[in-house]
Amino acid sequence: MKSQPPWDVATSALIESGKSLDLKHGFSRRSFFRWASAGTAMTAANEAFLPKLGAQIKEAVQEYPIVWMQASACSGCSVSVINTIHPSIKNVILDQILPGHQLFLNYHSTLMAAAGKLSTDVARETASKYKGKFLFLIEGAIPTLDDGMYGTLGEEKGKPVTMLEWVRQLAPSAMAVLTIGTCAAYGGIAAAKPNPSGAKGVGEVLDSMKISTPVINIPGCPCHPDWFIGTVARVLLYGLPKPKELDEHRRLKSYFGKSVHNRCINRDLMDDGVFSTKFGEVGCLLELGCKGPFTYADCPLRQWNSGVNWCINVNAPCIGCTEPGFPDEHSPLYQKR
Amino acid sequence: MKTRVVIDPLTRIEGHLKVETVVEDGVVVEARASGTLYRGFEQMLSGREPLDAVQLMQRLCGVCPSAHAVAASQCLDNAFGIMPPNNGRIIRNLIQGANYIQSHILHFYHLVALDFVRGPEFPPFVPRYEADYRLPKTTSDQIVSHYVQALHIRVKAHEMSAVFSGKMPHCASVVPGGVTVTPTVDKVTTFLWRLKELQDFINNVYLPDVMIIGEVYRDYADIGAGCKKMLSYGAFDLDNEPLVSKRQRLFGMARYVNGGLLPVDPAKITEDVSAAWYRSASHLSPAAGETVPDPKKAEGYTWLKAPRYENAVYEVGPLARAVIALTRRSDPVHVNAIESALSHLRLQRENLFSVMGRNLCRAVETKILADAMAKWVLQIKLDDAVASDYKMPETAQGYGLWDASRGALGHWISIRNKLIGKYQAVVPTTWNASPHDDKGQAGAIEQALIGAPVKDVEHPFSVARIVRSFDPCIACAVHLVTARGKLLRKMNVV
Repeated sequence: MKSQPPWDVATSALIESGKSLDLKHGFSRRSFFRWASAGTAMTAANEAFLPKLGAQIKEAVQEYPIVWMQASACSGCSVSVINTIHPSIKNVILDQILPGHQLFLNYHSTLMAAAGKLSTDVARETASKYKGKFLFLIEGAIPTLDDGMYGTLGEEKGKPVTMLEWVRQLAPSAMAVLTIGTCAAYGGIAAAKPNPSGAKGVGEVLDSMKISTPVINIPGCPCHPDWFIGTVARVLLYGLPKPKELDEHRRLKSYFGKSVHNRCINRDLMDDGVFSTKFGEVGCLLELGCKGPFTYADCPLRQWNSGVNWCINVNAPCIGCTEPGFPDEHSPLYQKR
Repeated sequence: MKTRVVIDPLTRIEGHLKVETVVEDGVVVEARASGTLYRGFEQMLSGREPLDAVQLMQRLCGVCPSAHAVAASQCLDNAFGIMPPNNGRIIRNLIQGANYIQSHILHFYHLVALDFVRGPEFPPFVPRYEADYRLPKTTSDQIVSHYVQALHIRVKAHEMSAVFSGKMPHCASVVPGGVTVTPTVDKVTTFLWRLKELQDFINNVYLPDVMIIGEVYRDYADIGAGCKKMLSYGAFDLDNEPLVSKRQRLFGMARYVNGGLLPVDPAKITEDVSAAWYRSASHLSPAAGETVPDPKKAEGYTWLKAPRYENAVYEVGPLARAVIALTRRSDPVHVNAIESALSHLRLQRENLFSVMGRNLCRAVETKILADAMAKWVLQIKLDDAVASDYKMPETAQGYGLWDASRGALGHWISIRNKLIGKYQAVVPTTWNASPHDDKGQAGAIEQALIGAPVKDVEHPFSVARIVRSFDPCIACAVHLVTARGKLLRKMNVV
């Protein structure tokens, strides 16, 4: 029999003994973690140990209610974020994202059990109950044309509620707004010319509404799970980033401070004058339109999907997906800018 | 008494869907499915460089981007008059296959399972519709533990795809003519080992769980039948035949009508917009399609158009592929897998047209595909070319027809002056979640909802179960659709 991972033991104890968010329904995390660690029954020693361990850490646990709204999006950022491995996605959505820090994913339309009004009521309740304390995560751009009628989410008194209206109602009471992906940050694909729905990045929308809630952008098409986890961790562990930690596009310099080109794996090929001129050919990809010189992200070091690969390593040019100008300023994607 | 029951948003699907039903004496008598977001991809693509379509069209959907990558690249292959070399064909199959597996596992555990299994008592598992959860606690808890296991295992499926695509979601290496990635022995081995883990999960966890739920919720093998006309373009090319209708595919291209199979002629597909928020003409073929939004159109109730084949409503997806395989009987492995699952559950073939049938066909094809991929990856020849050359034509037309995990996906392009003139896509959920058409025929999901039992209008879980069995993906579907409009009729408790 495998033993219970110590981390799960601590977590179960915390949840059992620590204060809950006092939602309508009581928690039963302890029993959940028994289920979740299939086949790993808790030993008697662990059971005896639990209360003590729990009591020690209890005070330290911080809980953060989350409202994660998908606006004009493709869901790719949600799908990318659940690819996180350290911490695992189990830690992020069901457990502690960081030791002593727990996210409560009160609203996320792709993952939550509830549907319809039952689900949107939770978003509203969270915002009013945890004023100034909840994190408002937005994936996707906000359609603004014709007062936002190109994108709606739920209805109120029989009338559809626009995504624009959701932002207007919820953003002012959030501790901070984190934008997940390039669409939410800068408009991205949703705002590509001719921008048929008048889609805009969240920061621009909040500025126009004179809502001063801090905005931190986590761009990328999609957003890399590490960028998401790291930016959230920055807020949870140290509070909101200081201005000097962010660049002019409101993203953390620690992830988006250097160009892809400067740290590219193909620098030697460029120096040797080996350029790829057609698909499938190995070489520096500048002639195939690589936007690495204009793109700020740590992909060359971090890579994607648990570090198995990244665009340039499959001879595909960088398309500049973390940049405010994506995709229009980088189009045509396969031509030298 | 008639009651209007609205589920908006219908969660645990991809994208923004509203489902509105009228329930009379505990049964659904009317249904409307509405896409509630418009992005306008067709308008965005017009005037751009044709090569960009493969990258931009993937952004329709972050759950099935590789399907759009393959459909868009096949669309361009067709316009350029080229075919990829074997390596390019095989690697595209592997990139897309890995994502099929990812998508099906995610659908069952993370989108559907909570309809049948009581989750833990904290967010995002509460609040929820209080449904008729029937599994014994130990079994239920076990499936919840698999929910967590599936979260980890689907990450590996994405890693597998990224081994050849560069990254997921939104793959980098798929291009017209093939792929850009250089195959190496370490890519082949790392892919194979991950696939082995996934095969273990599919055989020992996913399929057994689907069978358990199928057994306990036996009545859902009689609920949600739908239109029973099936369409599949097929997927996973096994040769390089230029004409798609003659190309061998793992899942074959056909229509299933009244127990028999008929060929697919893309020229017979049209899109109606009478109930959609568009001002453009109705009943156009996608190649000539127009997309002019009109959010205030009085008769409109959705951003989805209504694709029809010779004016008939079709369902697309794993059920369509399975029924076509069962009827054609050319792949004994696929046929045996479905038939033995049916006999284990003591179900008839007719029961496949149901909530449970859709979930079962999805699980079975995951296994068929994973087993086939283990062979394909070894067919890669390390030193051979991965892409064919192309010449950008001044003027050309092309189409790419290919089944995404959720069903028939078609891309159509016209090139003028070496730029995109028109680009249209008709995606799986546009077929399944389509609204009423010019003749008043309801869409596939709408038809499946009629007759559904709803005991408690505050907890319409059967409606959600039916809709989710189609695995709707609205982000894809509503690129074609317009803004939101008024209800056809006002029917708050009539």
